[in-house]
Amino acid sequence: MTTARQAWVILTGRYLRELYRQPAVIFITLTQPVIWLLLFGELFKNITKIPGFGAGNYATYLTPGVVIMTAMFSSSWTGMAYIEDMQTGVMDRFLTAPVSRGALTAAMLAYQAVIVVVQSAIIIAMGWGIGAAFPGGAAGIAALIGVAVLIAVAMAGLSIGFALLIRQREALIGASSTLVMPLTFLSGAFLSLRLVPGWIAAIARFNPVNWAASAGRAAIGSHPVWGTVGSYAGYLALALAVTAVAATQAFRTYQRSI
Amino acid sequence: MSEGSAIVQAEGLRKTYKPDVRALDGLSFSVPAGTVFALLGPNGAGKTTTVRILTTLARPDSGSARVAGIDVLAHPSRARSVIGAVSQHSGAVSLLTGQENLALQGKLHGMRGRALHRRVAGLLDQFGLAGAAGRPARTYSGGMRRRLDIATVLVHRPAVLFLDEPTTGLDPEGRADLWAALTGLAGQHGTTILITTHYLEEADQYAATVAIVDQGRIVAEGTPDQLKAGLRGDSVVLELASPGQVEPAQKALAPLPEVRGLSADGAVLRARVADGPRALPAVLAALDGGVPVRSVTVARPSLDDVYLHYAGRSFRQAEGITIS
Repeated sequence: MTTARQAWVILTGRYLRELYRQPAVIFITLTQPVIWLLLFGELFKNITKIPGFGAGNYATYLTPGVVIMTAMFSSSWTGMAYIEDMQTGVMDRFLTAPVSRGALTAAMLAYQAVIVVVQSAIIIAMGWGIGAAFPGGAAGIAALIGVAVLIAVAMAGLSIGFALLIRQREALIGASSTLVMPLTFLSGAFLSLRLVPGWIAAIARFNPVNWAASAGRAAIGSHPVWGTVGSYAGYLALALAVTAVAATQAFRTYQRSI
Repeated sequence: MSEGSAIVQAEGLRKTYKPDVRALDGLSFSVPAGTVFALLGPNGAGKTTTVRILTTLARPDSGSARVAGIDVLAHPSRARSVIGAVSQHSGAVSLLTGQENLALQGKLHGMRGRALHRRVAGLLDQFGLAGAAGRPARTYSGGMRRRLDIATVLVHRPAVLFLDEPTTGLDPEGRADLWAALTGLAGQHGTTILITTHYLEEADQYAATVAIVDQGRIVAEGTPDQLKAGLRGDSVVLELASPGQVEPAQKALAPLPEVRGLSADGAVLRARVADGPRALPAVLAALDGGVPVRSVTVARPSLDDVYLHYAGRSFRQAEGITIS
């Protein structure tokens, strides 16, 4: 029997190989966040002139926001691959192989992490290109990518769990678009929370997207408060643990129902 | 495991799906090692549920299941290393090539390096897929895909191969090819094959043992010949020169102890007998000289008759009224 660790590496390889066979998907995956960055960057260019915004350069403010938003978007679709595997019989094949359910979940989460690292690196490079500053240097950038991975993997776990329980593409698309947009806009990803209505700021305090955006933004700043970054990252890690366990548990429910 | 001993044993399997759909109702059977075993039944009889339980995909409410000596319910992960399972859906990763699909399966079973490479190449060759090995599975025809599915789950040399309705959707040629491959596997490699089908002819022709499933239970089990012989009802079908010959023929045959009944349709007279080949000489002797016979055939009961006998309704009828 393969050990769980080997199995997830093998299965992550499978997802990456499938992605490699789909140049169109690679192209969209990599260009979409760049479009977000350029579009929002232009649209909200003058936002920093509003008194009280608290940041002079919108590119610097926006880049971590787009990194986090992109991480959320791409990982919220993770469950689609599971639904596809369930409908084509691939899932049954893996479930009848000596592979733990945890390894199946871990493989997908690891794959999602790889995607988000690449996407984030591209957004950060483009952000630098349009004038974003990263006074925090390499450590700050690494921390930003780190929190992006945390939120992405947490979201992917949720998406997988949902896919296993509901098993319907349309439902997953609906749930994902209902959840991701509001979560993103109920955070400080694009706009300083000092400028939003009180109730949004209040919700944002409990919103993982805001934790990630705040941590990422703090990390790339000139004097990062690592305690703050660390505690946000801790909350995110907790959210991740919850959704990963939920996703693995959803396998049992899935197997009971078939 | 020696030939003849049971390699798969299902005992009293029960499973009810919510809400109140009884899929299995105390289903029991055993499969002799190294043979082709068919679970035959109409759609909705419980065949797929049975296979899902034996392949660790589902759990029964009660009952027990053993595969190659392993308690499937107590040690599912151990059972997984000795089985190969092909579901009704393909199971191939369509973006991966045939070769990659087999290699992936082998790796998940802990195979590595040259041994894996050689095994994969051998199977692709054995299943006539060597030429298509480098193409993504999604470019394969239906028959090729089925062969790929089977080759894939054989990489780790399972003791038992489970196939759920593998021939559904294949054309007659694809079906014949697949059966040739399967019977070869059981014959030469000693692999036990458990297959589900709702094609009576297929079970009759290829399976060494058939278990007839109806409404979540096994209603009859045996070799196709045993099952049919169990009905003790062959027909001797006589084609006479004209419909006018039917009456004298009936008169001549009615007193015979072998003949249980007679029915006529035009110039064709059908005599029901216990054992067709044995009754034939007596039937012909009784007609000798009096009634000229154009042709004579002995019709053995079909599995459809067997199904009718044990399930109390015809197979076609059962197919029609059950929701698949």
